Amino acid sequence: MPDPRYQTAKTLYPYRKVADQNTPARRHPVVVVGAGPVGLALALDLGQRGTPVLVLDDHEGPGLGSKAICFAKRTLDIAHRLGAAAPMMDKGVIWNVGRVFYGDGQLFSFDLQPEEGHRHPAFINLQQPYFEQFLFEAIVAARHAGAPIEIRGANRVTGLVSHADHAVLDVETLDGSYQVAADYLVACDGARSPLRDMLGLGFEGRVFEDNFLIADVKMKADFPTERWFWFEPPFKDAGQSALLHKQPDDIWRIDFQLGWNIDRAKELEPARIRARVDAMLSAQTGQVPSYDLEWTSIYTFQCRRMQSFRQNRVFFAGDSAHQVSPFGARGANSGLQDAENLAWKLDMVLKGEADMALLDTYATEREFAADENILNSSRATDFMTPKAPISRVFRNAVLDLAKDHPFARPLVNSGRLSVPCTYDGFGPDALDGPVQSRPGSVCPDAPVENGFLLDLLDGQFRVLVIGDLPVARVRAPVTTITRPDPLLATRYLGNAAAAVYLIRPDQHIVARWPMFDPNAIEAALNTALCKG
Amino acid sequence: MSITLTPNIPDPDGFYDELLKAHEGLNDTDSQALNARLILILANHIGDRQMLRAALRAAR
Repeated sequence: MPDPRYQTAKTLYPYRKVADQNTPARRHPVVVVGAGPVGLALALDLGQRGTPVLVLDDHEGPGLGSKAICFAKRTLDIAHRLGAAAPMMDKGVIWNVGRVFYGDGQLFSFDLQPEEGHRHPAFINLQQPYFEQFLFEAIVAARHAGAPIEIRGANRVTGLVSHADHAVLDVETLDGSYQVAADYLVACDGARSPLRDMLGLGFEGRVFEDNFLIADVKMKADFPTERWFWFEPPFKDAGQSALLHKQPDDIWRIDFQLGWNIDRAKELEPARIRARVDAMLSAQTGQVPSYDLEWTSIYTFQCRRMQSFRQNRVFFAGDSAHQVSPFGARGANSGLQDAENLAWKLDMVLKGEADMALLDTYATEREFAADENILNSSRATDFMTPKAPISRVFRNAVLDLAKDHPFARPLVNSGRLSVPCTYDGFGPDALDGPVQSRPGSVCPDAPVENGFLLDLLDGQFRVLVIGDLPVARVRAPVTTITRPDPLLATRYLGNAAAAVYLIRPDQHIVARWPMFDPNAIEAALNTALCKG
Repeated sequence: MSITLTPNIPDPDGFYDELLKAHEGLNDTDSQALNARLILILANHIGDRQMLRAALRAAR
């Protein structure tokens, strides 16, 4: 077995020898490297579409430890379409209230209580191993229903040759090495992506000179299910900022921002960590509750991305392609959007329903999204850890004003929570409709009879007709909602009497019109598929 | 509308006096902090991003 690089939380896909290991490189339509959240979601999406997918992972289950904990509404919507969201919602902690403190005092609180008429809340907190487990269980269920998904655990990729029309991998196992060939290869192998290194591709960006100490603490405590964030925390040795956030299983995530010049080994001594945690917890309750340290680590971070997310037939998705600071939960959440963006495109190209040029749009769209995430995450980091003296003067001025004056509160930035980006440039936008559903946006959810709008957008191109309009036959299936719920009307009609939307398989809006024009719809469909 | 860079403050000497008085008795650090708060309050009052950009340009 390849030497493990980390400890796993549980075993989900144990090593089993397969016939491929004794044959010359067999060619697979899609090979995904890495069975993390991104690789699993991509495999599930492709498999449900009937496109065979092979996943290789060098471990046999999810890694143990502090990873993603905050999963956003868009991620839950994607998981729901893939049939994996219900156990996430059952297990996850739903939170809405955040409090921001500055030194001794509370500056303000905010409520993420989502607007009405969405299936999912703004966020849930859930440890990443659970998230992976639930995706894996959905894969098992899909496989029983015939989805051609294979996961090979303890299969480590040690070599990669990228050709113009395929890629060849060397794979190491307990029983020796073998080769796998792929029409399309997707590297979902994390921030330290070995595949990226094998192709000698750069990963440039900005290093933030700061260390964050994470302590996941298990305790029975009466703290409310809220996100508490301190600028300049008043408790001893807490550093420049601190965070307290609840996860399932009575686990609390505590974060301390320690600065750049620290002795990592010393700061990781359990007694030192306990002293910090004691000071924080007793500041809240007047006493130190009994707790266990479940997991501790110190992390630093960078904001960076690959110049291009595609090389020949190799695609990069998730952390392998882009990395951001954790503030704002834009890591795993944006990775899931990468997976969703790529799945339908690979599927349609492999089935001959779209030209290869469609695959270029994966790179351009997700590179644009990564830039937006990096921008947001860099801004949050600059606010939390001011670099120049004048930056600190303004930062503290904002915090001073925020206590008494509401105008300053939107300037306080402890992470802008992840929302999907809008690919501006889609269209046409022939409807004088609401901004939130303009072409390029992801469809806002809304109530429909017996459920939610997103349930009707089931992973294929679809024409959505709202209102009483004559329709005709076009290449995409048409869904008509004659009498829309008032919330749906607000989000999709605005002042218009009726509307026609063309929607992509990933629920992004392609174009919209005030009436049903089959020629316009066909033309927009061709543009969306990069035809002609 | 472009940013006003012609005289617009009634009783300019009086205003200037008030501005300096606001800083009276403050050390450098506190003065800087006051200035920062003042800029933020005025910027919010103006609100218009184009106007603010023009002001930043004029100041630099």
